[in-house]
Amino acid sequence: MRVELTVNGERLEADVWAGESLLYVLRERLGLPGSKNACEQGECGSCSVLLDGRLVCACLVLAAQADGHELVTVEGLAEDGELHPVQAAFAETGAVQCGFCTPGFVVATADLLARSPNPSEDEIREALSGNLCRCTGYAKIFDAVRLAAGS
Amino acid sequence: MQVLTPRSLAEALRLKAEHPGSVPIQGGTDVMVELNFDRARPETLLNLNEVRELRGWSRDNGSIRLGAGLTYTEGMEAPLAEALPALAEASRTVGGPQIRNRGTVGGNLGTASPAGDALPPLLIGDAVVELASVRGERSVPLPEFLTGPKRNALAADELIVAILVRPAAGPQTFMKVGPRNAMVISVVSLALTVDRDHDEVRAAFGSAGPVAGLVQAPLAELNGFPERVAAAASPIDDVRGSAVYRRKSLRVLTVRAVERCLQ
Ligand SMILES: Cc1cc2nc3c(=O)[nH]c(=O)nc-3n(C[C@H](O)[C@H](O)[C@H](O)COP(=O)(O)OP(=O)(O)OC[C@H]3O[C@@H](n4cnc5c(N)ncnc54)[C@H](O)[C@@H]3O)c2cc1C
Ligand code: FES
Ligand code: FES
Repeated sequence: MRVELTVNGERLEADVWAGESLLYVLRERLGLPGSKNACEQGECGSCSVLLDGRLVCACLVLAAQADGHELVTVEGLAEDGELHPVQAAFAETGAVQCGFCTPGFVVATADLLARSPNPSEDEIREALSGNLCRCTGYAKIFDAVRLAAGS
Repeated sequence: MQVLTPRSLAEALRLKAEHPGSVPIQGGTDVMVELNFDRARPETLLNLNEVRELRGWSRDNGSIRLGAGLTYTEGMEAPLAEALPALAEASRTVGGPQIRNRGTVGGNLGTASPAGDALPPLLIGDAVVELASVRGERSVPLPEFLTGPKRNALAADELIVAILVRPAAGPQTFMKVGPRNAMVISVVSLALTVDRDHDEVRAAFGSAGPVAGLVQAPLAELNGFPERVAAAASPIDDVRGSAVYRRKSLRVLTVRAVERCLQ
């Protein structure tokens, strides 16, 4: 079947298998491998994207459910070659080790700061509770969020 | 495999009647896991995301009517959170933000897991499930809807349309035991309300029997109530906890929930 969706402001079409996830379509059919596939069961958040402005796991959205809808992926955050402030803050604080979780954390943080520009510590923890990192121990990720919030 | 995407409830019911084996998919937070791991390969998926009638909530003759497609995120927002505080508290404990933005109350009923976190708060609100098919509508009290672990009273041609629940008539709360504060399936859970309108305390537990269960008593019998809740459960040993631990936790949670409600 064919699905038509707006990804990072661009209208795209893809021929998909009915049982396919949005994550698979992004990575394998639309050439957007920024959203990572780690668990395919909603546990790790590495596939986080904004669907109609809401933070979701792309691995848990049926591709056909995104038909006619709007998507922002990690690829859509930078503007005119300038990193999004959240991306810049992650680089600045060294919140990236292997980097596999980073796109998901970046999208989740961008979503948090769009809703709450000066989040409390609790709010930050809550907002990132659906994202897992096996490397950093989270301290530098929280530093990055605070830095981005201040900028 | 095929996906059907109805644009109205009438169309959805017609398609469900034509494809009784089809699997409805709303938030997909249960269904997609099954698909991704190839544990299910249904002939037809019925995508309910575009059915407007299933969204949101309304006040209905003194009750609150929750659309089957109400998300946990919506359940946490005022003014609904004020009318149904235990459901709001339970919603806050579900998964992480990504899961709460997609997962729905109707999907929790569809899955009918004994650990479903929406179920205890709905049980203490005397929830009635509105089911519909091309044959007509019927209302089923939630305890009758939940027929067993991961089993419910839905007929093959039916969809869950809404859940009718009583707004809180007194303090209520929800508690969940698990290894972490987010992203956990409950080891045991409890919703409790001190309902002054009906001079009654009502509690419902999750993960402590084949289905989520409701226990009620007159307010005058508050003292023996924690024992009664623990006795009503029929927990099992599994990877998340032992039966003994679960029963004991239920007693402790009931004591704490009553304290919290009477504060
Ligand atoms: C990472 C993760 C964490 C989770 N954490 C929790 C948690 O803390 N607590 C908890 O309770 N659950 C949790 N879940 C499970 C899940 O999110 C919930 O059960 C949720 O309520 C399912 O809703 P949904 O809309 O996503 O359902 P879907 O996956 O779309 O559907 C679930 C079932 O309901 C049926 N269905 C859906 N809508 C209808 C309808 N209108 N009529 C008839 N049948 C219908 C479907 O066919 C399917 O059988 C978690 C899941 C994941 C992936
Ligand atoms: S890959 Fe989607 S949450 Fe892990
Ligand atoms: S940097 Fe490796 S998982 Fe987070």
